[in-house]
Amino acid sequence: MAYLEIKDFYKTFGNKEVLKGISFSVEKGEVVSIIGSSGSGKTTLLRCMNFLETPDNGEMVLDGETLFNAEKDKKTKEKELRKKRLNFGLVFQSFNLFPQYNVTDNITLAPLLQLKERCKKDKTVNFAEEKQKIVDEAEKLLEKTGLTDKKNDYPCVLSGGQQQRVAIARALALKPKILCFDEPTSALDPELTGEVLKVIRSLKGEDRTMIIVTHEMGFAKNVSDKVVFMAKGVIEEEGEPKELFENPKSEKLKAFLAGINNKEGE
Amino acid sequence: MFWQITLDLLEGFGNTCLLFILTLVLALPLGLLVAFGAMSKIKAIKGTVRVFIWIIRGTPLMLQVLVIFYVPGLLFNVNLFSRLISVLIAFVINYACYFAEIYRGGIESITKGQYEAGQVLGLTKAQIFFKIVLLQVVKRIVPPMSNEIITLVKDTSLARVIVVVEILKKAENWATKGLIWPLFYTGVFYLLFVGVLTLIFRFIEKKLSYFKA
Repeated sequence: MAYLEIKDFYKTFGNKEVLKGISFSVEKGEVVSIIGSSGSGKTTLLRCMNFLETPDNGEMVLDGETLFNAEKDKKTKEKELRKKRLNFGLVFQSFNLFPQYNVTDNITLAPLLQLKERCKKDKTVNFAEEKQKIVDEAEKLLEKTGLTDKKNDYPCVLSGGQQQRVAIARALALKPKILCFDEPTSALDPELTGEVLKVIRSLKGEDRTMIIVTHEMGFAKNVSDKVVFMAKGVIEEEGEPKELFENPKSEKLKAFLAGINNKEGE
Repeated sequence: MFWQITLDLLEGFGNTCLLFILTLVLALPLGLLVAFGAMSKIKAIKGTVRVFIWIIRGTPLMLQVLVIFYVPGLLFNVNLFSRLISVLIAFVINYACYFAEIYRGGIESITKGQYEAGQVLGLTKAQIFFKIVLLQVVKRIVPPMSNEIITLVKDTSLARVIVVVEILKKAENWATKGLIWPLFYTGVFYLLFVGVLTLIFRFIEKKLSYFKA
């Protein structure tokens, strides 16, 4: 059985069917890119995995544990939901940093709140020591994302690329089993996408499991182990990037790739 | 003469300040509660609270003061509240409703992304509200709040309709004795008070200017 198994996800908003039976799997340490035109359901799929939306039907199993089953989990308690969410990290298209916290605090906020909860339950936990660990970890993440000199800055003075790198560090700080990216470079100026993609690429070297919804075809081709092409709520085609980009089988993927090449040729 | 009148007006001004501060201290938290009611997912609560806000904002504060002071007596033949307490109750309810609408506007202006970022980081609803949303809301509502609070300073003069002797009532008493200038003199007190408030609000705005939200 694969590390992450998604079976038969359906999702309808009002009378608009966005996901129409999505099934796919991800192996541990694998990088999967999800591509497809706007409105194909990529983002909704990612949001379902992160428990920001509840699929109407389907099942999700991570590392042998059933995280979601539409038949049993109609109403999951908030506490339960929080625990399940932490299996995943999510980097948003619009960064969503917390404006009132500086870079370091953005990264350490959630781990510190978790630590406080732990201390309340277990009196033997040494708060100061654990806190230092969290701060050290944040320093490491800042170094990794090239933001050490920005650690005391507030989001409003950072460029979009820097903000997105903070967002990546923030997601990593909670050590998620799977890190998801929702069009991480779509809100960035073209000259800033490179620095963000570079950070994501560096994570691949660490054997991290990642799912990336992206419009950057070159990036998807170079970084992913597997590419999933979605159209109108279904997976139209999936496979190794080289094969998929060079020998597209479905008409929809051919048309999609041709459209992109045209645009790039303009 | 001038000092005697100044001291007399100051005595009334004490009541003005008391009414102002008590209204503020009680209406600020109550307003937040009303705001949550107006945003409630339970339709019955939301509907009731919104109708209540409509009534309170749709009728003059002076009328509300009169209703709270006289109606219990007319209906049950009891004098439920003293004059000052009646005014205070009317003011707190009235201002809580206005504050509630300001809070609601502030809370609803925070993007969904902030909540979702909190959610995917495993924060509880309470943590998201207090650690992420609240300060951003505070920053956004300082200007409309300062407006409303400055209006409250001057609305305290409505208390005199049921003979709560605040500063304007004191001055009116002098006017009935034929001395008109104390009435105009009260303006100085209001101006000074509002001046201090303006400085405080400016300070708060500056304190919160380190981030953009």
